[in-house]
Order: sequence, then structure tokens, then C-alpha cells
Amino acid sequence: MTELLASVGDGLVIAKRNLIKIRRVPETLVFVLISPIMFVLLFAYVFGSAIDIPGSSYREFLIGGIFAQTIVFGATFTGAGLAEDMQKGIINRFRSLPMSRVAVIAGRTASDVVYNAISLTIMSITGFLVGWRINNGIPRALAAFALLLLFAYAFSWVMALVGLMVPSVEVVNNASFIVIFPLTFIANTFVPSDGLPGPLRVFAEWNPVSSVTQATRELFGNIPPGTPEPDAWPLQHPVLYTLMWVVAIIAVFAPLSTRRYRRATLR
Amino acid sequence: MPNVIEAAGLTKRYGEVIALDGLDLAVAEGTVLGLLGPNGAGKTTAVSILTTLVEPDGGTATVAGADLIRQPGEVRRRIGLSGQYAAVDEHLTGFENLDMIGRLYRMGRRPARERARELLERFDLVEAGDRPVKTYSGGMRRRLDLAGALVAAPPVLFLDEPTTGLDPRSRNDLWVIITELVGHGSTLLLTTQYLDEADQLADEILVIDHGRAIAQGTADDIKGMVGGERIEVTVAHSDEAEKARSVLAPFATGRIESHGGRDTTLVVPITGGAPVLTQALRALDGDGIGVRDVMLRRPTLDDAFLALTGHDTAADGGEDDD
Repeated sequence: MTELLASVGDGLVIAKRNLIKIRRVPETLVFVLISPIMFVLLFAYVFGSAIDIPGSSYREFLIGGIFAQTIVFGATFTGAGLAEDMQKGIINRFRSLPMSRVAVIAGRTASDVVYNAISLTIMSITGFLVGWRINNGIPRALAAFALLLLFAYAFSWVMALVGLMVPSVEVVNNASFIVIFPLTFIANTFVPSDGLPGPLRVFAEWNPVSSVTQATRELFGNIPPGTPEPDAWPLQHPVLYTLMWVVAIIAVFAPLSTRRYRRATLR
Repeated sequence: MPNVIEAAGLTKRYGEVIALDGLDLAVAEGTVLGLLGPNGAGKTTAVSILTTLVEPDGGTATVAGADLIRQPGEVRRRIGLSGQYAAVDEHLTGFENLDMIGRLYRMGRRPARERARELLERFDLVEAGDRPVKTYSGGMRRRLDLAGALVAAPPVLFLDEPTTGLDPRSRNDLWVIITELVGHGSTLLLTTQYLDEADQLADEILVIDHGRAIAQGTADDIKGMVGGERIEVTVAHSDEAEKARSVLAPFATGRIESHGGRDTTLVVPITGGAPVLTQALRALDGDGIGVRDVMLRRPTLDDAFLALTGHDTAADGGEDDD
């Protein structure tokens, strides 16, 4: 028990260290600030002018998808941060200390929640300006934000593993795109999944990014009345299904990345 | 004195490369062992294993009474490591770096802070202490890195090439600091590529090559094996070489070798350095022997390697010629 508390303490020390970096290198925030704005405006005005969702504004439909996509992209930060620590040798320092073996990764994934929270705030403001509204009350909207952050947190653990496995920061960015692009595009993020061809449709329906998006839209009240109930179970129970993924991802990737951390050395 | 670090038969391979090939070593309490060897000899691998960063493929070791394999956590509690690459966070200030390390040693908030301030003072980093490390010079980073290893005042210290890449002044500063540390009774394992560094800092030197020990002893022992100082004199006229040899004989502590074109260069092993060189030159001058070139040489690591292994420090040399 005391060991557990001490481990949490270690994680907080690391998280604090990561957050100091945001203050010292504000340029890192540029990506966090600009890309959500860019995504919202780009999709709202480029695709938004061409795609028609019956009975609703595409922009309102879109926001949930952009939120989900951006926070998944945000996980790249976790990988890049760990890869940089590896490259600079500070991981060796941490590994020679009598600290918890998961704290470096746990601290990183925790501090990246702050990045994602900032990014969600910026996106919400931008979304609001282009016509997106919360139609279902503040408590549900808060639940939507919480679910997004939770999913982002879980996904950070996936990218943590990637960050500890690759030789440099640049590779993290390339490697993560391979994972993130299909995950965020073969989904209901930008188009309704019912229109997709067979196998893609199945993938999209069971893709957790779709369920996050669906849950977000429902909680924000961005699904117009009269929209038919989705056929797939995950989209019928998007919050539950997303939470199942959150638990599963952490259960699998936390031990994997910790194991990787134990063996990771600069050579 | 009991051994604080003791390792037997450590082996490690990375794919085809054998990094350690059955290394044994022992460091007595309160002493400094200098692990001396060229790049790729296995020094860093040895340190990585003894500091629990890397698991050995074979062999056993204890550090400060804790078994490396079975009690790695205990080992980590009792050691401090300062690496070849300054492992400090460049976005944090010097103070924040040391404070963070203190917290991660689980010292508690206030002791960690106090210790950080104390170390900044000791390492002459007070003024720079609240600046991000990014603004530090190479020497300052190394000092901070070394301070990081001392945060918890661990009984055993590992310094992996603490001065590699530093300018001579920073190097000297670090030597002074390390000498002080040892004066306070720390047990230290230090790796270096420089014989003079090992000479300066280590009580005992272990020369390693290709992952195994090839010689062990005090700096004097090693120098003895290498052959110590020597004068190289090239006479102006080849017919005077024999005469010069007999003039220099009284100064020689061993056999005088000769080489060069028509054996005009004499290599004279001596002890006593420059004063002896001066006397030797006077003697040659007194006998009217013209000298074209003269050199006083101290043994370098290259010489040590040549003498101990038959190859030079360049990975797989053998292209050595005169």
C-alpha cells in the first residue's frame, strides 16, 4: 500500500516535470492549439459544404468526430515525449533510481491529459464559433468531455509502447500515423458508417473511435431527432463499449509498455 | 577491507557482438576502481549491468551487499550513476533537476529541496541553478549530472566516462570534485579512456579489452607493464648513433632501442621526466653529438594497449607502423 502511494507520488513528480516543459517550450503548444482549430475549420467548411446529413447540420454532426480524431492524434505526444526521453538518456537516469517502474510512463500519460484538455477546450470554442451547440445540458456535455479524455488517456498507453520501441522521435510520428489514420478515418467520424462498403462498415462499427464519436454526439445532443437507431451493438451502447475499450487498452498496454521500459536502454 | 562491488564472470552479447566476455571485478570499500579501455571495450556495458540498467546473460554480482539479479531495487537504492551522456533534463533548471531526482529517491519534499540547494552550492552552480539546463555549458551539465548521482548520498558511485568530450579546464574541475568525493569515503567505479585520468583518480586500474580484463594493478603497475617514460633522440649524423647510445646509457632504466632510417633514433626508457631529459641533452652536447630531434614521451593508453594487447586502441588496428 505504501509502495502504491509512493508509486503514485513518483508518477506525479514525472508529470510535473513534463508540465514544466510546456511552460519552458511554449512552441510545443502550437501543435496542440493550431491543429484542432485547423481540423474544425477545415472539415466544417471543406467537407461541410459538400456532405449533407438529412435533418441536421453537418457541422454539428462533425464536431464529435473531430473531437475523437484530434484526441487520438494527441496520443502521438505521449510517444514522442517518451522517445525523446530515451534519445536524451534521461530514461537511463530514471531507470537507475529506486523509483516505481511504471511511474515514468504513468506520469507521461497523466500529463498528456492536460494537453488533451487544452486541445478539447480550443476545439469547443472553435466549434462554437462555427455553429456547433450543446443541446443536451451541461452535465451530459461534461460526461462527453470526460469520456473523450478517458479514451485519450487509454490510447496514450498504446503510443507509450510505440515511443519506447522506436529509435527516434521522428519515427514515432511516422509509426503512429500508420495506426491512427485508419483508426480515425474508417469510422463514423466524418461520414455516417452505414454508407461504407461491407468490411469497412463492420470495421467502422466495431472501431472504438466510432463509439467514442457516437457517445459524444449523443451526450452533446448532436444527433437529430428521427435518426434511425444504429444496427451495430457497439453503436447502440457507445458509452459502455468505449469504457470496455478503455479498460482493455490499459490492461494490455500498461504491462506491455512497462515491460518494455524495464528493458529499454540507450545503446 | 570488504568488497563493495564484486562481479564474477559477467557476460553480455548483443546479437553477434560480445560486449562482455566473462568479466570479473572487485572494488574495496572506500576505494576507486578505474575501468580503462578503448571505445567498445565493454566499459559502458559493465556499468549498465552493475547499475541494473541491463541484465547480464551470465555471471553474478553484488553491489553494496545487494544481489544484482535478485534485489535490483535494493541495488538502485544504494547507488548513484552519472553517465557518459549528461542525463539531465535540459528544459528544467538545475535546481528542478536535482529536486526531481531527490523526490524520485523518495526523500520527501523538503529534504529534496534542501539537498538540491546544497549540491548546487557544492558544485558551483548556485548562479545557474534557476536557469534551464539548456543554457549550460558542457562542463556545467556534467557537474549537474554528477550532482544528480550524489543526491541521495549513496555509498557506491558509478561514473561512466565523466570527462569525455570536455575541455581541459572543465576536466580539471571535475577531477578536483571527484577527488574530494573519494576523500569522503565513497566507493567509486569509474570508466575512462584516458590513462592519465585513471592515474589521477583511481587506486586500482582494470584494463579491459573486448569485454575481458587484460591487466590489473595500480597506475604504477600498469605503467610498469607499459614501459614508463622514455626519451626519443634522433642524432644528426648516423655515424654518431653508437656514441650517443653509450652517452645515454647511464640515464636508461632499461634497454635502449633504436629505429628510424639507419637507426638514428634512440628510444631510452627513463624515470624522472624533464630534468633527466635536460641532463641527457647536456651530456650529448658535452660530447659534441648533434641532435636533430628530441622528444619526452609518457605512456599513453595507446602505448598501454600496444604493450598489453599487441594492438592499438583503434578497434581492430594492426596498421601500426613507425
